Amino acid sequence: MARPTDEQRREMLVDMVTARVQSQRIFNLQRQGRVGTMAPVDGHEATIVGAAHALDTDHDWVLPQYREPIALRRYGPEMLEHVMLYNIGHPAGGHIPAPIRVLPYQISLATQIPHAVGLAWGLTLQDDPGVVLVFFGDGSSSEGDFYEAGNLAGVLGAPVIFLCVNNQWAISTPVHLQTAAESFAAKAAAFGFPGIQIDGNDVDAVYDAVQTARTRALAGKGPTLIEAVVYRLGPHTTADDPTRYVPAEDLEAARRSDPIKRLRTELETAGLWDDDVQAEVEEAALAALDAALEKARSTPLAPDAMLDHCYTTDTQRLARQRAGLLAEAGPGGSAR
Amino acid sequence: MTELNMLEAINETLHAEMARDDRVVVLGQDIAHNGGVFRATEGLLEKFGERRVVDMPLAEGAIAGASVGLAVAGLVPVAEIQFLGFAYQAMHQIAGQIARLRYRTQGRFDPAITIRAPFGGGVRTPELHSDSLEGQLANVPGLKIVVPATAADAKGLLASSIRDPDPVMFLEPLRGYRGIRDDVPDGEHLVPLGSARTARPGGDAVVIAWSHQVELACRASDRLAEEGLSVRVLDLRCLVPLDLAAIAEAVDACGRVVVTEESPRTGGFGGEVVATIVEESFWSLEAPVVRVSGFDVPYPVGMVEDRYLPDEDRIAAAVRHVLDMA
Repeated sequence: MARPTDEQRREMLVDMVTARVQSQRIFNLQRQGRVGTMAPVDGHEATIVGAAHALDTDHDWVLPQYREPIALRRYGPEMLEHVMLYNIGHPAGGHIPAPIRVLPYQISLATQIPHAVGLAWGLTLQDDPGVVLVFFGDGSSSEGDFYEAGNLAGVLGAPVIFLCVNNQWAISTPVHLQTAAESFAAKAAAFGFPGIQIDGNDVDAVYDAVQTARTRALAGKGPTLIEAVVYRLGPHTTADDPTRYVPAEDLEAARRSDPIKRLRTELETAGLWDDDVQAEVEEAALAALDAALEKARSTPLAPDAMLDHCYTTDTQRLARQRAGLLAEAGPGGSAR
Repeated sequence: MTELNMLEAINETLHAEMARDDRVVVLGQDIAHNGGVFRATEGLLEKFGERRVVDMPLAEGAIAGASVGLAVAGLVPVAEIQFLGFAYQAMHQIAGQIARLRYRTQGRFDPAITIRAPFGGGVRTPELHSDSLEGQLANVPGLKIVVPATAADAKGLLASSIRDPDPVMFLEPLRGYRGIRDDVPDGEHLVPLGSARTARPGGDAVVIAWSHQVELACRASDRLAEEGLSVRVLDLRCLVPLDLAAIAEAVDACGRVVVTEESPRTGGFGGEVVATIVEESFWSLEAPVVRVSGFDVPYPVGMVEDRYLPDEDRIAAAVRHVLDMA
């Protein structure tokens, strides 16, 4: 079993606490009308952070959905800048600078799964020693793309890790309305590669499962499906009211296995964490977020920025539309 | 020059582009060992090996979706969808992902993906094999839509498409695969995307067409020439980007216009051509533009498809009609 070192566990808790504090601040910013719709990370931290720490950030790719980027701090401080640009609705929010091996937010659920398989396949064709880890949820597992991609990955033996974050809810749809299978991990049987179910609130278990899957993939033995069982502690997004459908007693029970509480207790017992460290990490997280927000808000935005990067060079049509848009914006581009 | 049919020209171009650029990967159903159900990819597996010529499981969404990942890895996927009508099962990846990969990553990744697919009717196929979806695809920002009508253009436009960093839907006329045969330049031959071609000169009227309709429009033009009429045929070659100057030039020169296409009329690309003419060349028109198209129903079955398809008679009748108007 691959066990993280004490130092790694401490680093993982830093990332988990940072993600939650920042996510909660962004939630509040949304309530103030300063950012758009966002999906809180609460309850998913051990799975996302544990997985990220089991990867080699120089070589391994992460393809997230929309809840994970805030917790991918391990991939560099640029990730927080990406999150803030994305959340304020700046076009540059789609750009994660090279060489960071993370793709931006994916909103169309499960479409990133075949991308992951193609990318993993491409890495082998390029003799690039990396693996691809793709996040998706219990709900996404109902999409055709999940099955098509899982099947293809099995056939190709591609170095890809399917990480299904089963947080019990797809907005308001519970797991028993999503599948009649005994688990999401069981679906790997149809693809011809292993599927395992783990406690996604146990950062050590996540780290071990991803490490094992990674070693397997790099050895040319193909993909693994990991189902990380967690509980969504917050709403689906800022636009959701879970009190309409989440039983209060279930949520109460889930809060008792909060992944941050769990790791913190363990590290405190081992003398690796205390209230001062906690306060320090929280303070640094908020300062980093404020700085990223400030940087995002001061990122230049040309009046015709929304037309950039659609084609390598504007078609004649688009060039005319750009000219019209610039004329409408007026000198300095301030008309809108 | 060598006389080739369209399939031979496509096959030759795939060979040449794979030899020229080792990032090119060809993927699709039945394309490797079988050489494609129409033999467009024949010989590629033997020459370039199974790492670069890959038979895919029967899943159009995975073919398109995996192409995104291959492009992110820095490869140049050339995917085949066996019939364009089955692209419906990949539309979420084509329209929702491939088309916007560069846009949504703000220039970090080029979706240098070419998707080849045969389309169009007239060969008694089962349902959905003949559908013309070019109008739907043209409504997706980010895609380029290439619709060759000759073997020479199939070569020149396919090479340009594969080398283009933008994603290209390369739509091949099923009826023309073996029926269309013309002189194809030997060696490197590139036709820039977005340049129309005058397929027949003429000044009394112009028929604007693409893909297999060009052949029919030329036949109509030849027949009308026997009646003393000079009917130009403009082959658009690409719907996106659209050659606005060539359309304006033809309309200015002829004043009377017929637009013909196989797809259903409502929302078809012909409507876009007409709107372009109205915006750009209204004062050159001597009569309302006349449209020829399929009908606003699903592409029909074999016993009735000849009634559905615009043919040279319908095109010729439309030309006479546009010339008869005051």
